[in-house]
Amino acid sequence: MNFIQNWGKYFIFLSSTVRSREPFRVYPPLIVDEMVKIGTNSFVIVAIVSSFIGAVTCIQTADNLVSPLVPLSVIGTICRDMTLLELAPTFTCVVLAGKVGSNLAGEIGSMRITEQIDAIDVMGINSSSYLILPKIIAACIMIPALCILSAFLGLMGGYLVSVFGDVITPTDFVSGLRSGFRSFNVFFALLKSFVFAFLISTIASYKGYYTFGGALEIGQASTKAVTNSVIAILIADLILAQVIL
Amino acid sequence: MIEVVNIKKSFGNRQILNGISCRFEDSNNSLVIGASGTGKSVLLKCMVGLMRPDEGDVFYDGRSLFNSSVKEVKKIRREMGMLFQGGALFDSLTVAENVKFPLDMLSTEMPESEKSDQVLHCLERVGLEQSANKKPSEISGGMKKRVGIARAIVMNPKYLFCDEPNSGLDPMTSIKIDELISDITDEYKITTIVVTHDMNSVIGIGEYVMFLYNGLKEWEGDSKSILHAESQPLKDFVFASKIMEGLL
Repeated sequence: MNFIQNWGKYFIFLSSTVRSREPFRVYPPLIVDEMVKIGTNSFVIVAIVSSFIGAVTCIQTADNLVSPLVPLSVIGTICRDMTLLELAPTFTCVVLAGKVGSNLAGEIGSMRITEQIDAIDVMGINSSSYLILPKIIAACIMIPALCILSAFLGLMGGYLVSVFGDVITPTDFVSGLRSGFRSFNVFFALLKSFVFAFLISTIASYKGYYTFGGALEIGQASTKAVTNSVIAILIADLILAQVIL
Repeated sequence: MIEVVNIKKSFGNRQILNGISCRFEDSNNSLVIGASGTGKSVLLKCMVGLMRPDEGDVFYDGRSLFNSSVKEVKKIRREMGMLFQGGALFDSLTVAENVKFPLDMLSTEMPESEKSDQVLHCLERVGLEQSANKKPSEISGGMKKRVGIARAIVMNPKYLFCDEPNSGLDPMTSIKIDELISDITDEYKITTIVVTHDMNSVIGIGEYVMFLYNGLKEWEGDSKSILHAESQPLKDFVFASKIMEGLL
């Protein structure tokens, strides 16, 4: 029952961000601010995680492909498809659910606890639209962009392993990357990252917006925002893969 | 005039407000008093629309807060200013930006220079023109309340609501905040409603006082008659401090 109530509340919350919005001119500077917070500030963590995961994927795939009947270029193909289809969108978004999700929930939760949201409401401003909508839009722009970066750096990590390691030659790796490339996979990765961005930003904002109590509850809201976002990402990942691929 | 009609509010099984009706006259300093947990802040939140009561309504010059269109409610809310317990200032903005925030959001037609003048005027009014560029984290609790007042009056509201304006302040700062609220009420001809449990405020600035007890209006009157009221819960509340006995 509580689960259904939460879903209902979540959808009412979502509709409140677009109903009786503030004038359009209010949003662009807020969206840019949020894009910096969500995107630029997550650049380093995404770069580090993606490069290392790409490199490790290359090494581990090579380690498992021991048959002389399988050409080494297959390692590059597997790395490419794994990175594009799963690591870049899903893994990056799971990492971002931790960083961005907890940040959003903490920020909005502390605004709730310190009555800043009430202050906005009393002024006759739609607080959910003013505070949340720019975050959702910014996340839906920046997280797919970060996923593109993640895919590039993941493949670069694999390539660097081929250059500096002895598991595969750079020529074989690049040949594998080019072999049987489906551009649809890039579209699919972007679609997934867009859906995940929406889930992270809305779930985290929802958890933060309905925080009541004190510092302890802000911490709990952040934790719930992360765990719920990650679960939602994994469920959405499965559904998208099943429906679209 | 603000008219509260039969407001009831409960949280779970706990009834907080049990059917409160009252009337706050224009340009008056009205105080809602009572011990902690009697529903003062809940009443205030219902009055400004931050909480929806289970029953009852609030009328602003005859306009219903809970049975009007969204547009009308927004219009009513834009006639309100509110001072929150902790100031509720936006951490990321400076003092001046905090005060300017309602103008930026709501007075779209106003030229920037006029907005800046208005902000400066409000900051001067609360004596904080020197702190305009400071962040809320760099100023004291009393200053935060004064910034909160400046932000509340920047739109020239008809109604000013103050939730525990003296909480966490030393007696001298408390008196200054009370005086500021009282002066602003007279100067701007605002209808002010202050929720407090500070008897100094009652004696100092209260024109109309309403005492809440167990979610009901136990007593109402002016600040002079409060010392001679018959209600036992009110007597217990007022004379909890020995200093008040000296006023008799």
